Amino acid sequence: MKKTIVKLYWAWQFDKEEKWLNECSAKGLHLCDVGVFRYTFEEGTPGAYSHKLELLENWPTHPESVAYIRFLEDTGVEMVGSILRWVYFRKKTVDGPFDLFSDLDSRIKHLNRIIFLFLPIMFLEFSAGLSNLLMHNSSNRFVGVLALSVGCLLAYGSYVIHKKKQKLKKERMIYE
Amino acid sequence: MSDLSSGALTEAVYYILLSLIEPCHGYGIMQHVEKLSNGRVRLAAGTLYGAINSLLEKNWVKALDNPSDSRKKDYQITDLGYRALNSEINRLKELYDNGLSIIKETKYEENNS
Repeated sequence: MKKTIVKLYWAWQFDKEEKWLNECSAKGLHLCDVGVFRYTFEEGTPGAYSHKLELLENWPTHPESVAYIRFLEDTGVEMVGSILRWVYFRKKTVDGPFDLFSDLDSRIKHLNRIIFLFLPIMFLEFSAGLSNLLMHNSSNRFVGVLALSVGCLLAYGSYVIHKKKQKLKKERMIYE
Repeated sequence: MSDLSSGALTEAVYYILLSLIEPCHGYGIMQHVEKLSNGRVRLAAGTLYGAINSLLEKNWVKALDNPSDSRKKDYQITDLGYRALNSEINRLKELYDNGLSIIKETKYEENNS
């Protein structure tokens, strides 16, 4: 039987999202499809899968991504679904622990990719927000406030990812 | 040509190069490294993929066609990679020898500093 759950996770909470998907799997709900804020599960053996999310460098259909996903598949990793460049992976727990990255450099690189996804949109929102606010028209002001709010949200997200990155970088001074 | 004297290799790269003395595919490298290190080093697939691509770019490893499975690519170390591996072993030996000789000479005792 399939079950759909609507839940909101921001892109900077991807590790919380992974944890939640693992908790669902522990209860016997296995992710089989993803949409925007929408997760479809099918019932199965509790704890069968562990999950990881990755923001790919390219779209999932790009040849480089296809080659990467194929490589992961050869190691027992399965792609469950994707939203834009975000890809949802899972691996059978009987095949051992699942991680996409085993060194600090790859983790830092992944976080950088997320920040660079936010920055241009943030810049766009702030400039659109300010230019709309400067107009003496209530609907423009409304759009302005809306755009500024999205900009602030992304600024907060970038800050959260930046903090995670700083923590890894400190470790990087000692370990690899 | 790549510079062979530039610093330390990462643990992942060192073990990947060691695994590729004989041709091997991605998953085989992961298993080999885990076995070599008695389960201590578990290369994650994403990290391994990135490392292999960097090594291919540097021409330290090459991709071979797998005759039994055209989808699974085999990789093997090149002469350049072999030289890098050897210079790393020498560097590690220096680290190891210095560590041992200094630790043996000193009277430092744990919990007593």
